Formats: sequence, structure tokens, C-alpha cells
Amino acid sequence: MRTIPFFLICLVIGGIAFAAALTLGNDYYFFAGYVVLQYVVLSTAWNILGGYCGYVNFGTGAFFALGAYSTVTIYTLIDTNAFPHVVPIPVLMLVGGAVSAVVGLGMGYLTLRLRGAFFAIATLAMAVVLETLVVNWDFVGGSRGAFIIRPETIAPFGSYIRYLFLIMLLLAVASLTIARLIERSRLGYGLATIRDDEFAAEAAGVPTLRLKLIATTISGALMGMAGAPFPYYIGYLQPQPTFALDYAVNAIAMPLIGGTSTWVGPLIGALLLGSLQQIIIVTISSAVNLLLVGALLVAFVILAPNGIVGLAHKYLQHKDDDFVGRRRTGLEAPAPQVESSPTSEAPS
Amino acid sequence: MIFSFDLLSNAIISGILIGGFYAAVTSGLSLSFGILDIVNLAHPAFIILGSYAAYVANSKFGIDPIVAAIIVLPAFYALGAAVYQIYYVAFEKRGQESLRGLAFFFGLLFITEVSLVLYFGVDYRDVSAAYIGPTWHLGDVDLPLRLLTPCLVSLALIACLQLVLTRTFVGRAIMAVAQDQLALRLMAVNPVRIKRIAFAISIATASLAGAFLIIIQPVEPSVGRDYIGRIFAICVLGGMGSLPGTVIAAILIGVIESLTATFYGPSWAPAVSFGFLLLTLAVRPAGLLGR
Repeated sequence: MRTIPFFLICLVIGGIAFAAALTLGNDYYFFAGYVVLQYVVLSTAWNILGGYCGYVNFGTGAFFALGAYSTVTIYTLIDTNAFPHVVPIPVLMLVGGAVSAVVGLGMGYLTLRLRGAFFAIATLAMAVVLETLVVNWDFVGGSRGAFIIRPETIAPFGSYIRYLFLIMLLLAVASLTIARLIERSRLGYGLATIRDDEFAAEAAGVPTLRLKLIATTISGALMGMAGAPFPYYIGYLQPQPTFALDYAVNAIAMPLIGGTSTWVGPLIGALLLGSLQQIIIVTISSAVNLLLVGALLVAFVILAPNGIVGLAHKYLQHKDDDFVGRRRTGLEAPAPQVESSPTSEAPS
Repeated sequence: MIFSFDLLSNAIISGILIGGFYAAVTSGLSLSFGILDIVNLAHPAFIILGSYAAYVANSKFGIDPIVAAIIVLPAFYALGAAVYQIYYVAFEKRGQESLRGLAFFFGLLFITEVSLVLYFGVDYRDVSAAYIGPTWHLGDVDLPLRLLTPCLVSLALIACLQLVLTRTFVGRAIMAVAQDQLALRLMAVNPVRIKRIAFAISIATASLAGAFLIIIQPVEPSVGRDYIGRIFAICVLGGMGSLPGTVIAAILIGVIESLTATFYGPSWAPAVSFGFLLLTLAVRPAGLLGR
């Protein structure tokens, strides 16, 4: 399928979802749906670097918070009591995305030349550095947090949350399209070679550093764009929960549970896990919810390393096996045991 | 800001004492991440587990926290061996340690933390012992015993570890497994077994480090997160797997954090180690005493 028809089909499905939520007539569904869609964007964005390229980013919360705090910065700079909310949210998203993209590029440039583990640790570190900066930056509220008063209504949509929901829906469709486009482009194939064997890719002439930087920048930008409307959603933005690792664990768990090799995986993971979490937060507690995410993450990486998509493939291929007889089962074949010698991969 | 010599010397001394404690916290990671190349993000969670073990032993049975940590040491050793076995079978054997192994430890971190929250709640817990409270005064310099005791015991622990690593057969095999597994196999040593022992030792140190932590400060389950970046920063700065390097880096970070907290305010202190980590990774990834 070409990209534009895919985008349109996604839009139609999104439109149906929006209409369905409208007929339910309760704004709660928009509030819950917004969070799920936000996770679709975050996990798709994470997967562009993590799933396609194999570099683990623990800084999802940081990129997300960068987007959110650039909104707060603009809001405090421009919006006054006389002209509240003059800057439209799509513009805020572009700014938030740009800030996150630049930070992602800088981070990547510092650490992506090293082994993957160092990049992962550096992203963890970045979250804390940024949090410390924001906590000490009084202009955006510091540790007290920042208020953004959400308007009650907006012209054609009725209540404001419907507008936010629609924006997040569009962003989710856009990021799925981008992820799918990357997957099938030279960039995607290049990233896949890096994931499989970076040394071989480098030797074969793949510009590994450049591809990794592009992936990090796109991924960071999408996370920042997902964060930009967040202050309007939450109303009161605090540094600690915004930079929390909860976003990171979700953004990692969802693609790994869904399956990391295609754009479908993060979508499935985010829809399933995101909805499940909304139900658990309402019915049990948010601590149990995190426990569940952690437990599912560990269970899936151990028992079903290729996620739900991998399980589905395996099931379908087994049916093929019965029919054709012996056939190659590429997906689940254990990788040959590599004699890893850490000395040869020592950071240079 | 009024500069005073007292303040400076006290900040440096308490930084050194805290640094000794950081060394104990990091020593386990130097074994697992530095030597074995296992990116154990869950290490701080095991440390918090150690804190709670010391807390339970102290509040229920009145045992000294450090003694309690030594009593539960074998349990932590067994836990470490079990975790390594799962990690080996599920990831190392399949060659998937880079992405899914990381996610595994990240998941473990959350599971441990949330389980502790659900069982103990989010209240801060602390322990009582004779050396918590009193302070020795040497001239203008204060030596709080609650910092001095963990620092000394931790240096003793690291000395023991260093002796084990350099003087015993298993220790030398652990150093060797990092360099050449095939050669180790030719010496009729099973590298998986050696790695299991080494990882188990690294988790066992978390039991002691956890006891030190709860002596120094009250603990609640998510305190461990502050230590993730810090211990990795120390480990990388110390040159990945060198215990003397770890001690030097830990004291360096401890002193700089303490100076920052004294002269710029405690809210800036967390950024120090992380800034150092980024700087080290960008400028000299092999660390201070890198190979």
C-alpha cells in the first residue's frame, strides 16, 4: 500500500473512533482516549529508534517533558491575561517538537558513537539533568509547577478536551504514517542493518552515525510533539511526574509487548496496554498499574521476544507448516549464540 | 554568599564520607556492568531491597543494620544467581541482551519498586543504631558517625572484593571471563558458572549497600531512581570494572556533589553526577583509569 492511501485509511479509522466517542456522549472517554493516543505516539516514536535501530532510549519522559515545558515557556512569554491562549496548539506542537529534536540530535551526537548501553544510560542521565534544570528555573514554575488554565470550550468542537483528543488523534495517525514510511525506505533498511550488526553495516558502507542521528531526531521530535499539548490536558504541570520514568517504562513496554519490527506492534501494544491501564487506574490503583506494566514487560521479553506480532506470525506460519510441510520459520529461530568478547567492543 | 573555610572543609569531608558509601553502592555495578558487561539497571532496586531487609531486621528484631545485611547476604547471593540464570537463558544465550536484556532489567526495577510500595507504602523508613546520631568533632571538622561507619565498612568491603578478585582462583576467573571466554573454556572452566558467581556477588554487595543507605538517610521505595544515573556515572568514570578506579571516582563525585549542595543549593546536586557522566562519555569514554 502506498503511503497516502494508508494515511487516508488511518484518518478514516480515526474519524470513526472520534465519532464513536462523540455518540457515547461522555467527555470522560475523550480524557481516557487522549492518554491512550498519547501512548500510541510515544511508543511509535520510541520504536523508530529502539525497534528499528536497536538503541534503547530511556529518556522518553525527558523528551515528552521538553515538549510540555516549551509550551509552558511560550504560554508564560506570550499569553497574557488580556490575550489568553493566542498561540494555537498545533504551533506549540511544532515548537515543542523542534526543541526535542534539537536536544535529541545533541544527545545523539555526544553518545551514539559509543556502544548501545552507553546511549541508554546517557538518556537516563539526561532526564535527570533536564529535571534539575526545570526544578531550578523559576520562570516555568520551578518545583512549584506551572498552571495553564484550559479554556472551557473552543469554537467548532464544543468542549476543549474534544479538540485536544482530535489533535492527538491526528498526531497519532501522522506518526504511524511516518514510522511506516521509514520502515520501507532506505533509512529503515539502513537502521535494520545497524540493529542486526553494526560493524557489518559500517563495513558495508552504511553511514551508521548519520542514520542513528536521523532516527534519534525524528523520534525525539515526535515525543516532544506529544508532550506539547499536555499542559493543556493536565492543567497543572509539575516537574517530577512529568519527567518520571513512568513514561519511559510505558514507551518501552508497549512496543516490546506489541512487537518491535513493524509499525503495527507499538500500535497494538499501546492500544492494549494503554486501555488496560486506564481501566486499572480507575478500578484499582496507579501503583498496581505500574506493577502490571513491569510484569508484562518482563514476561514478554522472556517468553515472547517478538511480541504479539511475533506470536501471530508464529501461529500463522505453523498453520503453513502443516499445509506445505517443512518451511523455514525465520521469526522464532534462535539467533546463533555469539561468543561475545567485551574487549573487542570496548568503547573507542 | 559568604565564603567560609569551615563550610568548605566540612563539605569536603562529608563529600569524602559520602563518596566511600557511593563506592560500596557502585562496587556491585562495577562487577556486573564493568566486568561482565551486563547492564544491570535494576541494581538500585536491589539496593533498596537491601535497605528494607535491614529495616525489617532492625525494627522487628532489633538487629544492627550492618549485621542484618551480613545475615541476609546469602539470600541476596542466591537471588543474584537466580536473576543471572534467567538472564542467561532468556537473553545471553539467544544473543538478545542489548535491547531485550535492558528492558528486562528496567522491568525488574519497576516490579521491585512497586512491590515495595504496595507492601510497605511510600512512607520514609529509617533504622536505629548506636552510631546514628553522635558526631565526632576534630577541631572545626565534624565527623558524623552515621556517615563515617558506612564509609569505613564500605572501604573494607571493597578491599575484600579486590582481594577476592586478584588473589583467588574464582576471582581471577571472573577477571578472565571479561577478557576471553574461549581461553577460559580451554582451562576447563565453565564461563557461565563464573559469570553466575560474579553476578551473585554483585547482588550480594547490594545487601550491604542497602544497609548503608538506610543508615545514612531515610528510605522510601523510589529513592533508588536517584542512584541509577549516579552509580553508572561513577562506574563509567572509574573506568568500568576497576575497583580502585571506582573508589576514586566515587569520592570525586561525592565531594563535588557535596560542594555543589553546600554552595549552590541541594536542588542542583543531582545534576552533578549526570553532567559528569555525559562529559565522560563524550570526552573520555574509557574513564579515569581506563584500560
